Amino acid sequence: MVGIVIVSHSKKLAEGVVELARLISGECPMVAAGGLEDGGFGTSYERIEAAINSVYSDDGVVVIMDMGSSCMTTEMVIENMEGKKVEMIDCPMVEGAAAAAAESESGSSLEEVKQAAIDAAGESKF
Amino acid sequence: MTDNKKVVEIIKVMAEIIHENAQFLTDLDAPIGDNDHGINMDRGFQKVVEDLPGVENSDIGAILKKTGMDLVSTVGGSSGPLYGTAFMKAGAAVAGKNEIDADDFLDIMDAAVGGVQLRGKAEKGEKTMLDAMIPAVEAIRKGVDAGKTPAEFLADGVEAAKAGVEYTKTIIATKGRASYVGERSIGHQDPGATSFTLLLESIAALYD
Repeated sequence: MVGIVIVSHSKKLAEGVVELARLISGECPMVAAGGLEDGGFGTSYERIEAAINSVYSDDGVVVIMDMGSSCMTTEMVIENMEGKKVEMIDCPMVEGAAAAAAESESGSSLEEVKQAAIDAAGESKF
Repeated sequence: MTDNKKVVEIIKVMAEIIHENAQFLTDLDAPIGDNDHGINMDRGFQKVVEDLPGVENSDIGAILKKTGMDLVSTVGGSSGPLYGTAFMKAGAAVAGKNEIDADDFLDIMDAAVGGVQLRGKAEKGEKTMLDAMIPAVEAIRKGVDAGKTPAEFLADGVEAAKAGVEYTKTIIATKGRASYVGERSIGHQDPGATSFTLLLESIAALYD
């Protein structure tokens, strides 16, 4: 299964998104990388790197970010993981995580998981 | 212009000046950003200084690269990947050199600007650190071409960077967290442009 990493400035927000997506899909390897080492607000290169490695398999890993430095820091981590199958997804964090988790659990490829999360942006809420 | 020992001294001065201005930079960030720029930069540069003894005998490229890596790892906000990439690219531009001249310094500054543009995908006029960096590098280049001394062209660079900071007060932010406040960002100077100016002043402080 494709691994999923949720990156946010906020530890609680990243963990909350994982918690919520788990209600939809309990099986897929999904982990939060939120906040700094000390629990404060910010994004941590080391925490993101460790999170990706913790859910990595040959199926690859997708990363979903909130904004700003979450995206830039993740981009740097991935640049330094040459040869590994890891991609960022440009999608809304909550909806994207839920869609990606469901897709990953059904055994889809990284490309399919990515597309499911991107498509989630187009779904009307009401 | 400088050897690796002086680069270490410059980085220490950068850390001191950022530390002294940490509250000021954070206050600038409060109305238009997320109220953490000074705190973040200070945390990053404290780690850089802590790690300097391990690289102070290395070449200038390696010292700058380590500085960038420390900033990426410890700053925690957007300025981490931005300044981190700037220092790492700058280091790559002078890899293996123990001494640099004015032309090398221009290569460093060009690489730093390129790094920030690559990472932030911003251009001049978007109320970012680039609004201080780009005019500063242009002024330094003119000074170098005119055969000015480092003290002179660095002073020109600082002056242009300060004018760039003033310019950021007049424009709307379209990149970064400040873009969320839109027109209300007018009147506020950009914290990143300000911190870049402080870093350039730190370099200039060691030349007279």
